[in-house]
Amino acid sequence: MTRARLLLLSPTLAMIGFFLLLPVALMAVYSFLSPGTYGGVEWLLSFDAYIQFFFERDFLTDELVFHTSYLSIYFRSFVQALAATVICLLIGFPTAYFIATRPPATRSAWVLLVTVPYWVNLLIRTVSMLFVIRDEGPLNGALTAVGIVDAPLRIAYTDFAIALGLVYSYLPFMVLPIYAAIERFDFSLMEAACDLYAGRWTILRRIILPTVKPGVVAGCLLVFIPSLGAYIAPDLLGGGKNLMIGNLVALQFQGSRNWPFGAAAAVLLLSVVLVALTVLARRRALSSAGN
Amino acid sequence: MKKSKPLSAYPGFSQVTWLCMALLYAPILVVAVYSFNAIRSITTWGGFSLAWYAKAFANPHIQAATINSLVVAVTASAAATVIATAAALALARGRGFRGRGGVFVLINLPLMIPEIVTAVAMLIFFLAVGFQLGLLTVIIAHTVFCVPFAYLPIAARLSGIETFYEDAAQDLYADRWRSFRFVLLPMMMPGIFAGLMLAFIISLDDFIITNMVTGPGTTTLPLAIYGMVRVGFSPEINAISTIMLLVSVFFVSLSYLVGRRRT
Repeated sequence: MTRARLLLLSPTLAMIGFFLLLPVALMAVYSFLSPGTYGGVEWLLSFDAYIQFFFERDFLTDELVFHTSYLSIYFRSFVQALAATVICLLIGFPTAYFIATRPPATRSAWVLLVTVPYWVNLLIRTVSMLFVIRDEGPLNGALTAVGIVDAPLRIAYTDFAIALGLVYSYLPFMVLPIYAAIERFDFSLMEAACDLYAGRWTILRRIILPTVKPGVVAGCLLVFIPSLGAYIAPDLLGGGKNLMIGNLVALQFQGSRNWPFGAAAAVLLLSVVLVALTVLARRRALSSAGN
Repeated sequence: MKKSKPLSAYPGFSQVTWLCMALLYAPILVVAVYSFNAIRSITTWGGFSLAWYAKAFANPHIQAATINSLVVAVTASAAATVIATAAALALARGRGFRGRGGVFVLINLPLMIPEIVTAVAMLIFFLAVGFQLGLLTVIIAHTVFCVPFAYLPIAARLSGIETFYEDAAQDLYADRWRSFRFVLLPMMMPGIFAGLMLAFIISLDDFIITNMVTGPGTTTLPLAIYGMVRVGFSPEINAISTIMLLVSVFFVSLSYLVGRRRT
């Protein structure tokens, strides 16, 4: 590395290295310490934070008893993120396909329409969703006024609301990579398949899907990863009762104040995300090497 | 006569697309419409009114939060843009060097780490090294996560500029600084501006990280909105939300239009 280059990179290295990489490393260290009485930590090595995930210390006998209350939060988060990913795929694939088969002039307008919501404040979008679906909200207002339901539908503060919020938050991440893949698809292959008597849906399943699979996988991971660590959607739309990993982490630094446990929960979340990102990067490298 | 559909059209796909658009836009449009409703009602329209906007503007709590948000966003986006410009110059010019991949990962690290993890890690760090939580810690945090957003359009712009412009300037006896200042920098300007705009709205919008690293009494607009929602919905929230929506859309469009401009 030349001196000029090092000089140009030093602000980046300093800023991100000092204020992000170092803090994350410190957080990992904290996860192996003992909790302080009023938040914070005691500098005593301890694996309690990780043991706490699986075991509870019995009051009387001091024995470790297996429990699932924290594991179930991780499991729930996986299920929620998976549900959001599947719904996003079911909506996102047809949308991406539809956009990619528009004439080139209108295509970029459609892409812009999908992109703009991503840049709109996530908190405000989630608040808007809550505003619409809550018991006294316009959706229930309209449904009762028309007479479809007698009492307001309970949508807000349920697991369904969280999934809906996650879909709403990350849908553009599904559409855009799939769109990019379908746009490169050679549609003359479709005519060839049709000449060989393949039906529409056979063509979709056996020709198009295998070709655009990298885009689909990228889209799924780009929805799944942020959904897994989501904080705003479960907090607002779940009403604080239906916790996900993000809320569990935040709680340890706000209310229940067990910093090492919060740090351990964050380390576990980060590990899963980094593995998923590595898979994504590997696939990217493979598909670009193939082309 | 029945028009035959092209082979590439699948039945139902256009309907799903409209459903997708409805899902993406309906909630924010509903909020925007209700922000102009003269009365508090959900089911009836009481006429067009800007009363809720007036009420929001007059709220001293929101005024203070707006000022904080602007101070943070202007400072952090400017700092992030300078950092990202320098990094783009180092990475895009000249051949590859050892550690290039590592630096690239470092720049994009804020995008890879879940926000809640970044938030608690920074909180732990600031308290461990004895920083007073407040406006300064918020600005530092925002600068860090704005860097990759500023970097993206700047690097894209820079990679589209051929090196022969600088070579020509240097042939005409401009030193390296002058060829950068008077030749390369002006050509990079649209990318730098686009990066600045993106960083600005990303900073303006952040909630999770700000919520963790801010101190008592230092509120930004998203924090104020969250606090109000916790108490209960009011049309005032719809009004502030609508303004923030418009600000985001305005700056993204600006960034898009400027960044796309040809050399």
